[in-house]
Amino acid sequence: MNKYNLTHLKELESEAIFIFREVAAQFDNPVILFSGGKDSIVMFHIARKAFFPAKVPIPLLHIDTGHNFDEAIDFRDNLVKKYGVKLYVGSVQKSIDDGKVREETGFNASRNMLQTTTLLDSIEEYKFDAAIGGGRRDEEKARAKERFFSHRDDFGQWDPKNQRPELWNLFNGKKRMGEHFRVFPLSNWTELDVWQYIYMEKIEIPSLYYSHKREVFMRDGVLLATAPFMKLKPNEKAEILNVRCRTIGDITNTGLTESKADNLKDIIDEIAAERTTERGQRFDDKRSETAMEDRKKDGYF
Amino acid sequence: MQNNNNGYLDMELLRFTTAGSVDDGKSTLIGRLLYDSKSIFEDQLEAIEKASKNKGAEKADLALLTDGLKAEREQGITIDVAYRYFATPKRKFIIADTPGHIQYTRNMVTGASTANLAIILIDARHGVIEQTKRHSYIASLLQIPHVVVCINKMDLVNYDEKEYKKIKKQFLEFAPKLDVKDIDFIPISALFGDNVVERSEKMNWYNGSTLLHLLENVYISGDYNHADARFPVQYVIRPQSDEFHDYRGYGGRIDGGIFKVGDKVKILPSGFESKIKSIDTLNEKLEIAYAPQSVSITIEDDIDISRGDMIVKSNNLPNQSQDITAMISWFNERPLQLRGKYAIKHTTNEVRCMIQEVRFKMDINSLERDYEDKEVKVNDIARIKLRTTQPLFFDSYKKNRYTGSFILVDEVTNETVGAGMIVERI
Repeated sequence: MNKYNLTHLKELESEAIFIFREVAAQFDNPVILFSGGKDSIVMFHIARKAFFPAKVPIPLLHIDTGHNFDEAIDFRDNLVKKYGVKLYVGSVQKSIDDGKVREETGFNASRNMLQTTTLLDSIEEYKFDAAIGGGRRDEEKARAKERFFSHRDDFGQWDPKNQRPELWNLFNGKKRMGEHFRVFPLSNWTELDVWQYIYMEKIEIPSLYYSHKREVFMRDGVLLATAPFMKLKPNEKAEILNVRCRTIGDITNTGLTESKADNLKDIIDEIAAERTTERGQRFDDKRSETAMEDRKKDGYF
Repeated sequence: MQNNNNGYLDMELLRFTTAGSVDDGKSTLIGRLLYDSKSIFEDQLEAIEKASKNKGAEKADLALLTDGLKAEREQGITIDVAYRYFATPKRKFIIADTPGHIQYTRNMVTGASTANLAIILIDARHGVIEQTKRHSYIASLLQIPHVVVCINKMDLVNYDEKEYKKIKKQFLEFAPKLDVKDIDFIPISALFGDNVVERSEKMNWYNGSTLLHLLENVYISGDYNHADARFPVQYVIRPQSDEFHDYRGYGGRIDGGIFKVGDKVKILPSGFESKIKSIDTLNEKLEIAYAPQSVSITIEDDIDISRGDMIVKSNNLPNQSQDITAMISWFNERPLQLRGKYAIKHTTNEVRCMIQEVRFKMDINSLERDYEDKEVKVNDIARIKLRTTQPLFFDSYKKNRYTGSFILVDEVTNETVGAGMIVERI
C-alpha cells in the first residue's frame, strides 16, 4: 500500500468523523441515538475522535422499550459516567401509560413499532434538530437508499422518492422550523467493517456479544432469550445454550446465535463466514417485505 | 472456517459507479460480482426469489437486490442511487448503482462525485450508442479517474474478437472529446460470468485482466490530490477544560496535499501566516497528515480562525475570487433562474451567489454545445458564470474534486438544486 493511502477502515472512520463535525457545525441541538448496541458504541467512539480533546458536545438519547438486556443498560450507564456525557431516556412504557400508543398482545407482541412514537415525541419534547443514528446501508434494502443527512418533515416522516442529492462531501442540513434531520455517519460501513473496527480500536462492547450461557427458546427458526414478559407457546421449550448476540435490540426480537466465539477474532471469523444478514435474525423485519421501509417512512430509526 | 482476518485490516477502499439502463445487463453484472464474491446472503437470495416468483418470473431477478423501495419493486425501475457493498481480501468496494430511467443525470452525477472508477456497459450487439456517450461524458465531467468499458453480452456475438475490436475502435473515436486519463476495455458476459471474476475460456484472444482483477488492482493512490495542501476548517475545538485550558484545535478533513508539523501555513481569508504546532487525533499525535484524513490542527500563533476559513501552505495558494465559472448539473424541476440568488456551499464555507450568465448548454447525447437554448432545466448540464457575496478559495475541479466543487441550495425550499464543477478563474 502506498504511504499516502488510507486503509478502508481509516477512510470510513475519516468520513464518519467528518459527518459528526458537520452535524455539530450545522445544527443547534443534535442528539446521538444510543441503544447500547455495537453500532451506537462505535458511533460514540467516533464522536470522541471528532471532538478530541474536548468532551463529546452532543448528548445521547436512548429509546427504552423497557424490554432490555440488563447488560446493555449497565453498559450504557457506565459509558455515560466514564465520558461525562448527558443521557436522555425516552420511555416506551411512559408512552403506553400516557395512552399515546397501545401495546400489542399475543405471543409475538413487540414494542418495536411503539418506539417510533416515543422517538418522535422525545425529539419534539427536547427540540432536537438532528438525531444521529447508527443505521447502515448494508443492513436492509430500504436503508440502502438512505442519505447521510436524511431530511424529515414536521411529522418526522421520510420521503424516500424525493431525497436531496448528496455529492462530494457537501451536506445540506438546511431545514424549516419543526423539521429535523436523521444523520447516519456509518452509512457506508458493513457489519464486518464494524467488527473489524472494534477489533482494531479495542473498543469495549457489552458481554452479550461474546459467547455466554443463557436460557433460550426457538421460535420460527430464531433463538430468543427467555424473559419474564415473554410467553412461551405450548410447543416451545426453554433450554440453556452457549449463545451470543449478533445484534442487540429489544429483547423480544433479538435473535441469538449459537456460538463458542468468546473473543473478537473468533467473532470476526464467524461473521466473515456467515451466510445470512444480521437483520435476518431480527423478528421485526420478518413481518413483511417492506416492513423496514414502512416503519422508516413513519419516522423509525 | 479458518480465516486469516488480520489481512482485512490492510484493505483499501474503492468506490465505483455502474451506469446503464434496463437491458444492458447492469443488474446482472452487479449480481454476478456480489454472487461470485459471496456477498449475497441466503436470506437476501430467498427474499428476492420469493419476490421474483410473485412477479411471475422463473429465475431470481438480481435487479431486485438493488431496487430497495416499494415503488421501485412494483414498477420494476430504479428511482434512486442504491449503494451496495462487497469485499475481497484485498479491497472493500462501494458500488453506487445509478438508474437508467428517471432523473438519470442527477443520479449518475451524484454517484460519480465520489467514485474512483466508472464501469460503462456496452451491449456487444449494439456497439456505441447515444447512451454510451452520455455515460462517458458524465464520467469525464465528474473527473472519475478510471473508466472501464465492459463490452457485455459477448455470448450473443459468438465471443468474436472482431466485434470487440470494432466496438473498442468506435469508443476510441469519440474518446478525444472526453477528458478521461485511464480507459480499459474488457469483453465480458455478465450472464455466464466470462471475464467478470473468472477468466473466460471462450475468449482466449483476450489477454487483459478480468473485471474483478482490475477492480482489485487499479492504482488508486493518485486519486486524491497530494500536491496542493488544502485544509478547510470545519469545526473549532475548544475543550475549555483544566487539562486543555488554552487548547484551540481546528477540526477538518484534508481536501488536498500533505501537512507536516512545522509547516509554514497561511490562513485564508485573513492572510495571517503561522506554523503548524501539532496534528492531533484521539489515538496519537501525528507528524504528517494527508487527504482524506480527518484531523485536528493547532497552530503556533493566536489567530482568529473559524469554520469556512482555509489553511494552506504559504508557498502554494488556491485561487481566490468572487467570480466563478463552472459547469453545473441541474437537479430541480424549477429551472435555474438567471440573475437568481442561491446559497452556495463550497468546502465548509457557505455564502450567497447570483447567477450572472448561462454561456451554453451541453447536449450530452451529441456532446455538442448549444449556445441558443439557455434555459437550464432539470437534468441539464450547462456552463455558467456566478458571482458570490464573499470570495471563495478554490482550485479548478480538474485539479481537486473537493476544493473545485460546490452545490447550490434554493433559499426558499432548502433543496439542493444544482452541483457545480469550477472550470477556471476568470
